[in-house]
Amino acid sequence: MTRSTVSGASVRSRARRSRALGRLVFLGPGLTYLIVLLLVPLALLITFTLFRRGRFGGIVYEVTGENFTRLVDPLYLEVLVGSLQLAGAATLITLLIGYPTAYLIARLPGRWKTIALVAIVLPFWTNFLIRIYAWIVLLSGPGLVNSALLDLGLIDRPLELLYNRGTIVAGLVYSYLPLMVLPLYAAIERLDPQLREASANLGASPARTFASVTLPLTLPGVFTGCLFVFVPSFGNFIIPELLGGGRSIMVGNLIRDQFLKARDWPFGSTLVLALLAVLVVLLLLQAWSARRA
Amino acid sequence: MRRSRLLYVPFWLSYVFLYTPIVVLVAMSFNAGESPYVYEGFSLDWYGVLAQDERIREGLVNTLIVAAGSTALATVLGTLLAVGLARHTRSRTLDAFSVLPAVLPDLVLGIGLLVFYATIRSTLGLHSVLLAHTVFGMAFVTAVVRTRLTHADTSLEEASRDLGATPLTTFTRVTLPQLAPGILAGALLAFTLSIDEFVIAFFTAAPTTPTLPIVIYSMVRFGVTPEINALATLLLLVSFTVVIVAQRMTRLTESLS
Repeated sequence: MTRSTVSGASVRSRARRSRALGRLVFLGPGLTYLIVLLLVPLALLITFTLFRRGRFGGIVYEVTGENFTRLVDPLYLEVLVGSLQLAGAATLITLLIGYPTAYLIARLPGRWKTIALVAIVLPFWTNFLIRIYAWIVLLSGPGLVNSALLDLGLIDRPLELLYNRGTIVAGLVYSYLPLMVLPLYAAIERLDPQLREASANLGASPARTFASVTLPLTLPGVFTGCLFVFVPSFGNFIIPELLGGGRSIMVGNLIRDQFLKARDWPFGSTLVLALLAVLVVLLLLQAWSARRA
Repeated sequence: MRRSRLLYVPFWLSYVFLYTPIVVLVAMSFNAGESPYVYEGFSLDWYGVLAQDERIREGLVNTLIVAAGSTALATVLGTLLAVGLARHTRSRTLDAFSVLPAVLPDLVLGIGLLVFYATIRSTLGLHSVLLAHTVFGMAFVTAVVRTRLTHADTSLEEASRDLGATPLTTFTRVTLPQLAPGILAGALLAFTLSIDEFVIAFFTAAPTTPTLPIVIYSMVRFGVTPEINALATLLLLVSFTVVIVAQRMTRLTESLS
């Protein structure tokens, strides 16, 4: 009796020790790596927002709130609001093109469905810079769109197709359309076709069926797709630079310049924090919408 | 029926929109002339120029070193972490934390690491890019392997334990072989993502050790030449092959299991 209790306790303590060891071996290395190369860098950025830039770059460790008051300076506020608008416009356009595309892909027969999906994802797996470069070739002054229009006699001199806000939006839509189509496709695919049939049988018009059955049920997919497009668009600095003409048009360019040109790390960090704050709000909205659905 | 036909407009628009620039890019890479805008006849000259370009070769070697190293590191760390998350804890916070690098904007991760390396006074070079790429590579490996583990049959692991195998034996002889397709898929993903990655490399590489995307970036910034088109065509060929092979492989493993 006593012996069995003792051995039971020792078995249990050995099991506990082996569990702790398992945790250490499996979770330890990866979590340590993430703490050192992800959490510490983020913590550094957050700390820097409180300090002041030194005269020659560097950081003066004096607590100040001036970085945050600078955020609402009209000069920077305009860039932040402008980035929201450009990323928002790109998200809306990808949604308007992406929804019907995903809807039709979901209704294709098996083999074609796979081909259509792979064809949507394929450009996404090609180098991002090269896809942007392709647009420069198409749209620049002597580019193909202009020469085609000239040849057709539709215009007399080349149009300024590059280096404006519209080009930035087009570049964003082009780059992130696959990220909109995939979650939408997943949401539409999951939809029970009987629901749509029931709605039609009960006399609803196709538009009504879409508005009261299909759309509400695929809304989580819509939110996910919008998030997938908005997040990389909002923080982008390559597309505004290469297609938008290199000025600090979006918050991504502003951040890059604070770190690499102005060497104002505290203010740069504050901009990063502002960018993260916008994204966290959106993530919370998305989680809320997913829970409601 | 009429409604469906109307829907086909944005559907085809998507594909035309996605593929027109790519088709033009490839066609112009075979241009005999100097300009990527005006087609002056067929030639492979620009591929010759490309093969002679020292910067490109150097960038390619750097990229492959970074991708191979970070994939190896990310695969080991990510697989262990996935098993740990699935079998050794129930914490949902840790689950979310493990995929954070995959959802964090690349700009934030790149700048965070730039600041980190500067603060610990580390030099920049291939090692700093390699360690940086491991951060997000690991998140993708963890996510892929983790999904496989939730669908995996735990009875085999239990049987192995009941028959007296040590946890190490169970892991190497039962868990790992079951996970192999997932690990391979995760590693492939980490490798492709690293090869294409620009933003994080841009902030963490030294000017003397540019990766291929950084070389491409400076070429695109300083003007357009058909040489970039030739490079683009080759890269397209590589990524299309990888995607299609990966697609075939997943279907093969799916049909096998």
